[in-house]
Amino acid sequence: MKHALTITKSGDRDLVMTREFDAPRKLVYDAHTKPDLVRQWLLGPPGWTMPVCDMDVRVGGTYRWVWRKETDGSEMGMGGVYREVKAPERLVTTEKFDEAWYPGESLNTLVLVEQGGRTTLTQTMRYESPAAREAVIKSGMEKGVEASYDRLADVLAASAANQR
Amino acid sequence: MQATHRLDAVFAALADPTRRAIIARLASGQASVMELAEPFAMSQPAISKHLKVLERAGLISRGREAQRRPRRLEAKRLEDADKWLERYRKLWEANYQRLDTLLEQLKTQEKERKSR
Repeated sequence: MKHALTITKSGDRDLVMTREFDAPRKLVYDAHTKPDLVRQWLLGPPGWTMPVCDMDVRVGGTYRWVWRKETDGSEMGMGGVYREVKAPERLVTTEKFDEAWYPGESLNTLVLVEQGGRTTLTQTMRYESPAAREAVIKSGMEKGVEASYDRLADVLAASAANQR
Repeated sequence: MQATHRLDAVFAALADPTRRAIIARLASGQASVMELAEPFAMSQPAISKHLKVLERAGLISRGREAQRRPRRLEAKRLEDADKWLERYRKLWEANYQRLDTLLEQLKTQEKERKSR
């Protein structure tokens, strides 16, 4: 894979995702803060669209995202508040799902670092408690993969290949 | 055991570097406890403990050969664990691959704007 996505645990209640992009960070930042751009990529599993993407990107402003599975009409919504807005390098938001399966909300920090025209994205999700983070990881929803799982993927892939 | 509990056991078993090395070794063929202990600066009892954890998680099993009782990998269980973690990764990878495409479009637009 050209740009590997890593997802790791950090401390006792953070999850950290990192990935590199072949673009200046201003563009990556735009893609996270302009609704018409966000709804083009932040879609989740195949078959889901993003009919609601309201974002008032300023400190204290709110955002509201709703995804819909077109085949059966089921919806999933979430939203929160912008805590820090520092274009084009940093965005801190709260996040809470409508039907949250873990206690409290998470505090998400997006950091963009540019080097030689490329951008490294780091997204940290801080949960209310270690238990909340575990619930996220075990839930089968989007965000959790342990640090060790990540290193493991190679071993697993090699093992599976050897067994065939 | 419930599916999620079983996966917990699998991931807990795989969280240890020695146990991952054992799995990697078994991927190339079955081996006795003695053979498995060789590459590690560890006693056979210490290795046996690791093997028990892997066995309980269903990741390895024992062969029937007398004396030697070689351990072998249970590939099916590994693939289950692999699938589980792949779900998370795929979801975000799909998002970020769409973002890659979008960024390429934005870069092109910027260039066109600047050259005007």
